[in-house]
Amino acid sequence: MNIFSSWSLIRAFTVLVYLFMFLPVAVVILLAFNANQFGSFPMEGVSFRWFIELWHNDAIVRAFKTSMLLGALTAVISATLGVLASLALVRYDFRAKSLITTALIAPILVPEVVLAVALLLFLRWLEMPKSFPLLLLGHVIFTLPFVVLIVQARLVAVRREFEEAALSLGANAFHTFREVTLPLIMPAVFAGIIFAFTISFDDVTGTLFWKPGGVETVPTQIFAMLRNSISPEINALGAVMVVITVAVPLLGVAIARRMAAALR
Amino acid sequence: MSDREPVVALRQVIKRYGNFTAVEPMDLNVEPGAFVTLLGPSGCGKTTTLRMVAGLAAPSGGDILIKGSRVNEVPIHKRNLGIVFQNYALFPHKNIFDNVAFGLKYRKVPKAEIAERVARALELVQLPQMADRFPNQLSGGQQQRIALARAIVVEPDVLLLDEPLSALDANLREDMRVELKKIQHQLGITTIFVTHDQSEALAMSDKIVVMNKGRIEQEGSPEEVYARPRSEFVARFLGNSNLLDGTITAHNGSSLSVEVGGLGQVEADANGAAVPQDGQPVRLVVRAEKLHLSTEPSGEPGATRMNGRVDTVDYQGQAARYFVTVGAHSLQVINPIDSRPFAEGAEVCVHVRPRDIVLLTPEA
Repeated sequence: MNIFSSWSLIRAFTVLVYLFMFLPVAVVILLAFNANQFGSFPMEGVSFRWFIELWHNDAIVRAFKTSMLLGALTAVISATLGVLASLALVRYDFRAKSLITTALIAPILVPEVVLAVALLLFLRWLEMPKSFPLLLLGHVIFTLPFVVLIVQARLVAVRREFEEAALSLGANAFHTFREVTLPLIMPAVFAGIIFAFTISFDDVTGTLFWKPGGVETVPTQIFAMLRNSISPEINALGAVMVVITVAVPLLGVAIARRMAAALR
Repeated sequence: MSDREPVVALRQVIKRYGNFTAVEPMDLNVEPGAFVTLLGPSGCGKTTTLRMVAGLAAPSGGDILIKGSRVNEVPIHKRNLGIVFQNYALFPHKNIFDNVAFGLKYRKVPKAEIAERVARALELVQLPQMADRFPNQLSGGQQQRIALARAIVVEPDVLLLDEPLSALDANLREDMRVELKKIQHQLGITTIFVTHDQSEALAMSDKIVVMNKGRIEQEGSPEEVYARPRSEFVARFLGNSNLLDGTITAHNGSSLSVEVGGLGQVEADANGAAVPQDGQPVRLVVRAEKLHLSTEPSGEPGATRMNGRVDTVDYQGQAARYFVTVGAHSLQVINPIDSRPFAEGAEVCVHVRPRDIVLLTPEA
């Protein structure tokens, strides 16, 4: 077999893999604009009616609001805890440091179902009912490792001298953090926030286990709607989800890059 | 020196890391306005000492005094210091003005005065137009000047310089050396300078403190430390020295005759040092530039003359460094070049004046 044909084989295979991964997504987005009630090809005209119907569907709007709130709170809490944890792990020495690092990172190594069941059983054992704060807690647990990993990597690269210089000039520890450390790690903190939000926003597994009755996020709402029928609204909702989960990180990365470039 | 109270004083200061002692009990006085250099190889404890004065490291014992009061428990941001770091440590996200103004902000200086003092500091380091730039738009030398401006604008009690020149290239380093000294002198600011570079130390200091393995080997003016090393370490660390072991055979007042094995009789002068008994072993330090080479026997009366042969010539432009075999020894000689350097293999006469020989007595 010559090199040319083996490479073209790999190329063809790669294209097929990508098609397999993205074609369904493309179909969903395409059908979201289908004027017909039944999602099938060939499409019969382009329309935004399913998006408008989404807007008038209270359950979906509520789910959307819940997801946004959950995502935003998760991002803020994870970022705050993640920054504090990273500072402790990078700048200070204490006992059981590696154990704590492992414990912080573990949630991304453990399968999500296992984590979900574990937290649920733990709450049972504590005899606590499911509630929104507990759902939030669950999301924080598995988004925190991302923030910690990203911020830690950045913090290691921020030389201690910057902080020492600020201290020597009369700034106390808090001023030094606010004026020097935080601005210098901000690109990483920002990236962590985006990660946490996106992961929380499109999580299904954990949310299904942890959400209290009556509360739906966008993914669990889609899940629930799929049980009844395949409404074209789902396509429209799917399209919105795709746009948010792709656009937010892209935007975030672009902003983080600009921030990092300004610091160089 | 004067009887004025030292600005910085170390009293039996010691620093341990676990079982390792980085700084042995150490006493040091830094007089007002003085430029004191801690000089030594890496790992000698000089940076640790500086960091203890700064409050970036806590001493394991002893007292650190700044302006007469004990500061062991005073956190760094309340010590009123200026520190210049080896790699500048300018805040990359702040422009030059905000960098320099940083310390003034925390000293509750009114805005108008801040602007005025920052402008004056930038003037002093000759970069008045840079206020709106960011650190990454400046060259290394300019960043170093800004770092200096940022440290002195707060009028610190003491300026701490942690190898501030070692990140600069050679030419720039010499210019900055002169300028740094000029600014220090102009402001009369008490300064502690840490370096491993002997030429920086000799050129800039009022007092050099030579450190080795956490101990002070010798302290004194640059001339004293260079011309009258008190230990083998100092003799070897500063300049190029020949060390010769011998035995005193005779002495008359402060002038001695020393029998050096494999070399012969060497005339020396105790130069005010206590004269050991005849028969005592001594070590002689002869600076490479104090040995003179000539083709004919010459030199002033009383000088020691030896015959040797040039082994290696290390041509350095205005001077040359020779390795000359004399008896069983290979002596290092640095001489200015008069018309042309001696050739390898040339037979030469080596002579040295008694007062150019330093006596090291074995430690009591």
